[in-house]
Amino acid sequence: MRSDLPLFPAQASTTAPHVDLLFLVVVALSIFFASLVVVLLLGFAVKYRRRAGDKPPAPIEGNHALEIAWMVIPLILAMGVFVWGAEVYFRLSRPPDDTLNVNVVGKRWMWKLQHPSGRREINELHVPVGTPVRLNMTSEDVIHSFFVPAFRIKADVLPGRYTTLWFEATRTGRYHLFCAEYCGTQHSGMTGWVEVMEPNAFQAWLSGAGSEVSMAAAGERRFNDLGCATCHSGTSGARGPNLDKLYGSEVKLEGGKTATADEAYLRESILFPAARVTAGYQPVMPTFRGLVNEEGILELIEYLKARAAAQETAPTGTPAVPTPPVPSAKKATVGSLP
Amino acid sequence: MSERRPGTNYLNVSYGIRSWLFTVDHKRIALLYLGSVTLMFLLGTVFAGLVRLELLTPAGDLFSADSYNKIFTMHGIVMVFFFLIPGIPAVLGNFLIPMMVGARDLAFPRLNLLSWYLYTIGALFTLFNIVIGGVDTGWTFYTPYSSAWTTTNIVPVALGIFITGFSSILTGLNFIVTIHTMRAPGLTWFRLPLFVWAHYAMSIVVILGTPVIAITIVLLALERVFKLGFFDPALGGDPVLFQHFFWFYSHPAVYIMILPAMGVISEIIACFSRKRVFGYSFVAASSLAIALLGFLVWGHHMFVSGQSVFAGLVFSVLSFMVAIPSAVKVFNWTATLYKGSISFDTPMLYVFGFLGLFTIGGLTGLMLACLGIDVHVHDTYFIVAHFHYIMVGGTVMAYLGGLHFWWPKITGRMYPEWWGRLSALIVFVGFNLTFLPQFIVGYLGMPRRYHAYPDEFQVFNVMSSAGASILGVGYLIPLFYFAWSMRYGKKAPDNPFQATGLEWTTPSPPPTENFPVTPVVTEEAYAYEKMPIPAGGARAV
Repeated sequence: MRSDLPLFPAQASTTAPHVDLLFLVVVALSIFFASLVVVLLLGFAVKYRRRAGDKPPAPIEGNHALEIAWMVIPLILAMGVFVWGAEVYFRLSRPPDDTLNVNVVGKRWMWKLQHPSGRREINELHVPVGTPVRLNMTSEDVIHSFFVPAFRIKADVLPGRYTTLWFEATRTGRYHLFCAEYCGTQHSGMTGWVEVMEPNAFQAWLSGAGSEVSMAAAGERRFNDLGCATCHSGTSGARGPNLDKLYGSEVKLEGGKTATADEAYLRESILFPAARVTAGYQPVMPTFRGLVNEEGILELIEYLKARAAAQETAPTGTPAVPTPPVPSAKKATVGSLP
Repeated sequence: MSERRPGTNYLNVSYGIRSWLFTVDHKRIALLYLGSVTLMFLLGTVFAGLVRLELLTPAGDLFSADSYNKIFTMHGIVMVFFFLIPGIPAVLGNFLIPMMVGARDLAFPRLNLLSWYLYTIGALFTLFNIVIGGVDTGWTFYTPYSSAWTTTNIVPVALGIFITGFSSILTGLNFIVTIHTMRAPGLTWFRLPLFVWAHYAMSIVVILGTPVIAITIVLLALERVFKLGFFDPALGGDPVLFQHFFWFYSHPAVYIMILPAMGVISEIIACFSRKRVFGYSFVAASSLAIALLGFLVWGHHMFVSGQSVFAGLVFSVLSFMVAIPSAVKVFNWTATLYKGSISFDTPMLYVFGFLGLFTIGGLTGLMLACLGIDVHVHDTYFIVAHFHYIMVGGTVMAYLGGLHFWWPKITGRMYPEWWGRLSALIVFVGFNLTFLPQFIVGYLGMPRRYHAYPDEFQVFNVMSSAGASILGVGYLIPLFYFAWSMRYGKKAPDNPFQATGLEWTTPSPPPTENFPVTPVVTEEAYAYEKMPIPAGGARAV
């Protein structure tokens, strides 16, 4: 048992003070109303306690003005808290443009994390202090939930879907990482640490393992190993669309709809290729279910991101930089040439 | 029915096990329910005790992870589906609604008996499952864990809950028809006791909501057995769809538990302050408002599930709205005390306990409706504390208060007042010691359903477990003196508390037909100004 009994969790992210302030204000409001009720209850109970010889008290029907007052005042306060809570929620759900990205795969019962540089971790997440970090998360089996109390962030991690979380750590140190969605036998063992480091130390750590290849490079190798290049050759008349500028672009689909080529779309196209076929192509692509796991899909997506980024920066002559931030709303249309 | 002998009542009109198992008397069926519901409550309490015992230490050293998961799951399933949801309606509602509306029985007496059998069969299915190994999904059965990954007995438990659901539906249907068609002459809608209004609102929720959980359970079983792919993304299903279905029923289920409790509170607070309930029509209307709004807020269980930000906003604002009718009730009950003549008999002590705990539960509910706060506390012990304040602090306090209040009518005997007050006090203290620390440890970040936990959370868990042992004692005391009083309690007069309401105009215990002559109602409920104040009341043991 620890002697330093904590009553309040550490505040270690930019969002934590916002959540805490909102929480404390609502707690104060709650204490006010609870005290009001308790004081009135106890006050009436003492003042009007039954005494020997009490006559039946005179009936009181009610009071419409009072009823309206105690409906309207709580309603106004509640709406105020709602708006404030929504504002904090927006902050939690909108990552800034320029984030450091980390891919997360939840699996019974461990957290598998991988940085774009290729560095992998299990149940540990190393991040630099003062830098916004965006987590791109999915699960290999059941629903998990990524929860770092010191950062006041949490999001479910779902099989078959990508969810995101972002945070900017403000203090170095080690903070608990929990799985918050019940996931079976070892649910309470699916815990770990977020290690917030000075940026220099983080860079040293990131390049520490040395021999690892970046996620994009690993993805390129998978791309070739799986034979993707056979069809997605990039030439006109190829069986599959050109993937050079695909990531983040608007794709015209068979049937006239469009889709944004984000992580979810790319994942779906790899596993369920017939679901949303690019206009002008036959639905001939085989499924890669069972041939590539969630981590492999994330590597392939990193590779496609890097290709798109290389295309974007190519005219100015700069070499390929992997991982641009969040999918932007570029209007480039690919694959429309049959 | 033959001519009634003097001194005959529903308890002694016939003897033998068959006369009980085949009875169609709503009062006897209420007692059958009282027996089964009490057994399930004891079982759920034992599971709760085991959970608190495991959490005394951080290490997870008493049970294996697997056993622990099954224990908290059975605690949740037994308490929610077999105690909290049926509790007040099946026992007190069944006993009182026909009497409160001046009827001889419910509209469909045989259906009422069938509903008890369905409840019992469902409960037996679930208990059988415990014997053959249990289930480990939590009472929420989230997919795809429940549909594709767990190896435990999902289908038998699902079947048990499915069958019990029909028991709820039949009871709700019976109440609605009875309240519509069998009110005594003169008993207009706005003369009804608020207990009846609350049960009417509850019945609407039951009838609209329960079929949805029934269908959801069938889909879950089908997916599990035939791999049909409703919820498992590996089969092309949507894992979050289950959560929508599940909470569409299970959030309103909270109102199935709390609305009858609110009805009990209205009756008791009027009687022991000798006042009509302040703002009667607002209290009645707020029951309906809670029932209807309660259907629109299920998504607040899913703020971190990946649903859209817009959906989050809508569910958040609607959840805040539900607080208003609940606040209306609390303020009106408080105002009822104003200029009353308040006595502190056991039922009233439970009402005070209810008001304190329900207020804390409701206000922390606002914190969960608030998007920015919920993200942090979601799936932590903060949630556990909150819903125990509402469901246990609210429903169980009202259930115990109501049981004491109507015990003389049900059994014809008084309970021992001194012990009653002592138990109410112990329950209140034990409850707060158990669940207040969980708010703190929850905000600190301790996730729920953890078999082992980091050391820094231990102090609060020890406090909580200590409180739980006090709470357990508080629950056991009434069990003993109620059992004692059935044989040795002082004989109860027809109306020991000088309460208004038709149920108090018949003998205690009532004859099978409730009223020798159909009563005619000429005034509103709660005309306490015309009732004498009881001398001593229940205080004489």
